[in-house]
Amino acid sequence: MPPRIDVHNLDAYYGDFRAVEGVTISVEPGEVTALIGPSGCGKSTFLRTINRMHEVTPGGRVQGSVRLDGQDLYGRDIDPTAVRRTIGMVFQRPNPFPTMSIYDNVIAGDKIAGIKRRKAVFDDIVESSLRAANLWPEVAHRLHKTGASLSGGQQQRLCIARAIAVQPAVLLMDEPCSALDPISTLAVESLITQLKSDYTIVIVTHNMQQAARVSDRTAFFTVADQGMPGRLVEHGPTAEIFTAATHQATRDYVGGRFG
Amino acid sequence: MTKIVTKAPSGRRAPLGPAAGGAFPGIRALPGAGRFGDRVFRTLTAGSGAFVLVTMVAIGGYLAVAAWPALHANSGNLFTTQVWRPQADPPVFGMAAIAFGTVVSSLIAVAIGVPVAVGVALGVSQYLPRRWASVIGGLIDLLAAVPSLVFGMWGLYYLIPHTRGFQQWLSTYLGWIPIFRNRTATVAGQYGQSLLMAGIVLAIMIIPIVASICREVFARTPGATIDAALALGATRWEVIRSAVLPFGRSGIASAAMLGLGRALGETIAVALVLSSGFVINWHLTELGGDTVASTIVLKFGEAGSSPVAIAALMLAGLCLFAVTLVVNATARLIVARKAVTS
Repeated sequence: MPPRIDVHNLDAYYGDFRAVEGVTISVEPGEVTALIGPSGCGKSTFLRTINRMHEVTPGGRVQGSVRLDGQDLYGRDIDPTAVRRTIGMVFQRPNPFPTMSIYDNVIAGDKIAGIKRRKAVFDDIVESSLRAANLWPEVAHRLHKTGASLSGGQQQRLCIARAIAVQPAVLLMDEPCSALDPISTLAVESLITQLKSDYTIVIVTHNMQQAARVSDRTAFFTVADQGMPGRLVEHGPTAEIFTAATHQATRDYVGGRFG
Repeated sequence: MTKIVTKAPSGRRAPLGPAAGGAFPGIRALPGAGRFGDRVFRTLTAGSGAFVLVTMVAIGGYLAVAAWPALHANSGNLFTTQVWRPQADPPVFGMAAIAFGTVVSSLIAVAIGVPVAVGVALGVSQYLPRRWASVIGGLIDLLAAVPSLVFGMWGLYYLIPHTRGFQQWLSTYLGWIPIFRNRTATVAGQYGQSLLMAGIVLAIMIIPIVASICREVFARTPGATIDAALALGATRWEVIRSAVLPFGRSGIASAAMLGLGRALGETIAVALVLSSGFVINWHLTELGGDTVASTIVLKFGEAGSSPVAIAALMLAGLCLFAVTLVVNATARLIVARKAVTS
């Protein structure tokens, strides 16, 4: 059973600028939670606080708590690199390691950490991860070609395979389809639906139809004005957010009246 | 419908439209505008390119012609003779010892200088906070501007006297490796102007330029690749190993080759640091050693009236010119090929 995430009163800063303010939300296990909202509303920043990637940007820091099955990820004795191995991330633009083969990209997590396994074990990890990412049939015959030789959609699925090869509990996706064509988008979306039984998934998307298609729950973020912090307006089951939202701002946004 | 763009006999494009001043007068190319700028630019770039080539050929050609009499008069073997007496009768000289000194001191410089420079560049671009990084980076660039004469004097009057103990230590404890063994010296004071020290001074001289290039290359590592490594749980060193170094590999190679080129051609610092000997000596902590460049500068004074001696130095210059050309060309080939395969 994948874990649940409980975020309590979280603020995220870039230096003195507060980019996200007072987010309290629970992400349910085995579901897809979509974060939607206009540009600059802090949804991507918030996503990056969940696996402690926010703090690698200069000046990036966080207040509040993020709990993974009750364990505070910002606790004193927590190693952020261990957090990132447990909570995988897929980025907006496919970013396979350009100098590595497809095979090496998939096992990059272990390779980077210096974990040695027998070749047969690595072979298994590569095949099962690529199968889980719906990419195996397309690349099985050219595993030792460079990852850059794949199409954009294939590269993104390679990045998903790379993320799940280290057996994370949670997958964070930051607009994973925004650089992809419609066919590739469809492939990645159906993959997300398949993966949700094994991973807790949080996906940031600009595309409301996509949120409606893939997510079980939706959280709506907005920002009052430039230079103001982004806030979580409301969250709930996706159908409810799209048809019977509590707040006027949410209804306006999902109704296409702004954003 | 006829073709709307045709090549006019003058080489200029005909204006758009069925005919000049025809149905689309608004999109007619203004006569000459833009074209003129293009032509000037093309001439300028072609001219500068040709100028560089012509200069290279002119230098090489002049050296070859000027060196010819020496080649003719030499009674020694150019490639194996380990003496430099072009004023003797018959003149006898060869490149063996000075080529050895040049190559060995430069290789020492690269072997020591490049790892240090890469380390400095990684520290500046990946570890230090931004404010410190720009201060240190600026200092490195300043170091690159120090004249080589200053390095030579510093090496001779400060570094060598203060590292005699180090050389003795090398010879005593690592002397089982022949290159570190000094067969004659018994006390620290007898160590000094060795090929090893020349290599170390050269290493210090090439560190700024190599570090500066590497820093630029490392700083250009795509953020997306670094993010990919971080998101897989990489530590800072693991990010460097998996993202920064693979990306910078060809940059490091070309920086190293540029450093090698500088070390091969370095003249005055080496001339100051080394004490002449004209023998091939693998015991690098022993006194003596010459490089092609140091020989040219040291022997010019005494060559004065002897045409053969001058020609011999021209010949040495030609060799140095050829070697550095080959090194640089090889560097570019490596870099170009890596850029294609990666």
